[in-house]
Amino acid sequence: MPQHQITLTVNGDLHELVVDPRDSLLDALRDKLELRGTHLGCDSGDCGACTVLLDNEPVPSCLVLAIDTDRREVVTVEGVLQNGEPHPVQKAIVAHGGVQCGYCTPGIVVSSVALLNHHPHPTEGQVREAIAGNLCRCTGYQKIVEAILDVSK
Amino acid sequence: MKDPHTPTPPYSTLPHSVVGQRVPKLDAMDKATGRAEYGHDLHLPGMLVGKILYARIPHARILSIDVSRARKLPGVKAVITGADNPIRKFGYGMDNTPIKGDKVRCYRDEVAAVAAIDEDTAEEALDLIKVEYEPLPNLFDPASALAEGAPLVHEDKQSNLFTRYDYSHGDAERAFDSADVIVESDYELPYVTHSAMETSFCLASFDLQGRLTLWSTTQIPFLLQRDLSEALGVPGRDIRVIQPAIGGAFGRGLDVYPFEPIAALLAKAASKPVRVAFTREEEFMASAVRQPARVHMRTGAKRDGTLWVRDARMLLDAGAYISWGAVTPLVMMETVASLYRIPHAKFVADVAYTNNPPTGAMRGYGNPQSTFFVETQMDMVAEKLGMDPVEFRLLNANRPNEETLQGLKITSCGLKECITEVAERIGWERRSQVAGYTAQSQSPISNLQSPLRRGIGIACTLNVGGGARIYRSDGCGATVKVDDFGRVVLVSGSTEIGQGSETALAQIVAESLGVRIDDVSVINSDTSIKPWDVGTHASRTTFIAGNAAWIAAKDARRQIFDAAAQMLQVPADTLESRDRIIRTKDGTKSIAFDKVVRSMHYREGGSVVIGNGWYDPPTKLVDKDTYKGNISAAYGFGAQAVEVEVDIETGKVRVLKIVAAHDVGRAINPMYVEGQIEGGVQMGVGYALTEELLVREGRVLNPTFLDYRVPTALDMPQIETVIVETADPEGPFGAKGVGEMGGTPTAPAIANAIYNAIGVRLTQVPMTGERVLKAIRENQ
Repeated sequence: MPQHQITLTVNGDLHELVVDPRDSLLDALRDKLELRGTHLGCDSGDCGACTVLLDNEPVPSCLVLAIDTDRREVVTVEGVLQNGEPHPVQKAIVAHGGVQCGYCTPGIVVSSVALLNHHPHPTEGQVREAIAGNLCRCTGYQKIVEAILDVSK
Repeated sequence: MKDPHTPTPPYSTLPHSVVGQRVPKLDAMDKATGRAEYGHDLHLPGMLVGKILYARIPHARILSIDVSRARKLPGVKAVITGADNPIRKFGYGMDNTPIKGDKVRCYRDEVAAVAAIDEDTAEEALDLIKVEYEPLPNLFDPASALAEGAPLVHEDKQSNLFTRYDYSHGDAERAFDSADVIVESDYELPYVTHSAMETSFCLASFDLQGRLTLWSTTQIPFLLQRDLSEALGVPGRDIRVIQPAIGGAFGRGLDVYPFEPIAALLAKAASKPVRVAFTREEEFMASAVRQPARVHMRTGAKRDGTLWVRDARMLLDAGAYISWGAVTPLVMMETVASLYRIPHAKFVADVAYTNNPPTGAMRGYGNPQSTFFVETQMDMVAEKLGMDPVEFRLLNANRPNEETLQGLKITSCGLKECITEVAERIGWERRSQVAGYTAQSQSPISNLQSPLRRGIGIACTLNVGGGARIYRSDGCGATVKVDDFGRVVLVSGSTEIGQGSETALAQIVAESLGVRIDDVSVINSDTSIKPWDVGTHASRTTFIAGNAAWIAAKDARRQIFDAAAQMLQVPADTLESRDRIIRTKDGTKSIAFDKVVRSMHYREGGSVVIGNGWYDPPTKLVDKDTYKGNISAAYGFGAQAVEVEVDIETGKVRVLKIVAAHDVGRAINPMYVEGQIEGGVQMGVGYALTEELLVREGRVLNPTFLDYRVPTALDMPQIETVIVETADPEGPFGAKGVGEMGGTPTAPAIANAIYNAIGVRLTQVPMTGERVLKAIRENQ
């Protein structure tokens, strides 16, 4: 399989990567950049565990081809920290008890950060809409929704 | 020998400072920042990818397997088939083998496996394996599997009947003659699946001495040691099981399943570490599922509202192999025989082998199924009696310190409080006004323009809350170690699968020693370090492992207090400890907690502070013939009330609100008690309305999240959780288990609310729009 060289920015750092045309962005992040906070849940865009920001928009990274991210900007859960401090969304989800098994949490954090970037004061409906693509099997979403609403107060 | 463990409140002269607090999970920030390491994140040098070839034919004899082309593919390091490995049976029913040699009994049966340098090579190798089958007659229906002359799923067995569970107390048959009101229905309950967000995973690695280390998403690390030993012929002492962070389990990991010994066999054959990570499709298709049930049930009551008799008969499909799914009748019968006071009960379940997917344990373990038919019939009976469903339930509710006729010794019991709480908070008094009306309009149904109808319903649950003796031991060990700087390490036998129990255990230890929660770490992921435990199941961890941790912490505290007493020259029983300070109860003398520990290390004849705990509850295995006996040391109770809106044009049901009240004895960590209940409710909503694994002719037709609908944030209503505390006499600080019961009463509560809204009784879940609409039409 021919390999392609791409240049992309991940969490503020510029990377040159050689990728297979079939590699997803998720593969590139996890296997080539060892950013394993972005999780594989279904590999078909249905669960949201692999959500990252691509040019500031939340996307399931399993559905994005790595070669299509050439000269684009990616932010993963590892990159939402601010000056080494957890993002307010991360702090709130932790404080509200929104983390159980935690496998969906990075995706939910990224979706929530994207929401708050666009709507600093969302309604409950907007919060639920923003994380509707992130399946969670542990929490019933209750404490996650409360946490995001709390951050945006 | 330790003193018998007899906690009696009050537990301390001080108010609790850590127990009862809303403490975030110890690992929550690691998980929220992507630092937690799950199985899928592990990497060992030289690690290979293992892939399994499934039969994809439900019942057939294997005539030949040709792996020669696969073996020659560059990058393939091992190919194994049944022929390469002696047949060693394993699993709950001891009827499964890692790789099938002579025949396949279900679509997902494992016929070969490969280990290769990467995913693509492994998949290509699977494509190169040629298997010749001779198809055998298929058995997809448990009734036909039990018919005379049916072909056998397992030819070494007499019949396809695995077992019959036959339970009774009182005299159910005659009791129906003396009942004033009788209701009767048939129920059909579907396959559902755990849908943990992380798929099943294991990584196997042998050292040069032939010792196996297995990283696994299991819930039973110590039993897995034993089971793998059986499956592999490797001594249990040479098997070490490590659990990385586990991305949900919900009962999935309660048995050994073929992929685990397969990973080990591949690692052995390739002399390299091998990982087997399920794809989502494999997770749907090749992990054990909650079994379907066909049930005929009758309930009878006296005119004065006394619940009088229940009779439930059912046919259960175990699938092709016996795992824990076949044993759920033990829990189903508990609901039939012991939820509410009931003088007569009969329960008969036949469990049959078929060529369908093998069934296993899933959260609630039979209880969501049985509570569905038991609790919807409670409403049917109440209606026939002309009684309010809440009043009928309160009249017959279980009471504290009462033994059920099944032999369950109920001690603490807050069922009545739970019922009262949810009725009040949902606004039960509105029920007759709300029924069949829309929110917007208060006009009667006949005049309605809007197709939306509202209704309110309730259902209750009884669940083991003090362990469940399903093995000869229900025990757990714990060790508490304290270092020079006051760092406390709890080494617990129990397993964290995301539910938060390790944080509750840390709170119990911190409270007992009088240190802060930040001072306590928990180690609980490695069989070579932690003391023995049965596993995470049956809502047992906070209760059983909590008691073990509590005993170990009290042992450590005794050692520290003895040393402190010498240093302060006071009797040890005058001391108490809080916020890292040990002081006399009168407050006259005090010393820092860590200073005492240091002094123990640095003095002549000193000692190290290690407290040990072992807790095995005072319960019994149920009698093998009568199924009676006290299986648990405490019982949890709950009630849920829901308000729904039904669209009579589409049949779509929307849940507007759920109030869930559960008696948990005492909430060690209210935030995660709520979390367990809320997450349970979400599974209950899925069971009620959307989740069904479609199995046709042995095949799973919907192995994706697109087609198997787990509730999203938009599907979930506001959940109002009420914690009812009854201070259980046997529980650590009074706590009982809560892990499973949150999802149990949800579906019947929704069914009862639908009936209240539109007068139609659903007897099949999920109650999809299509089924609701069909029921409406049939009712007209």
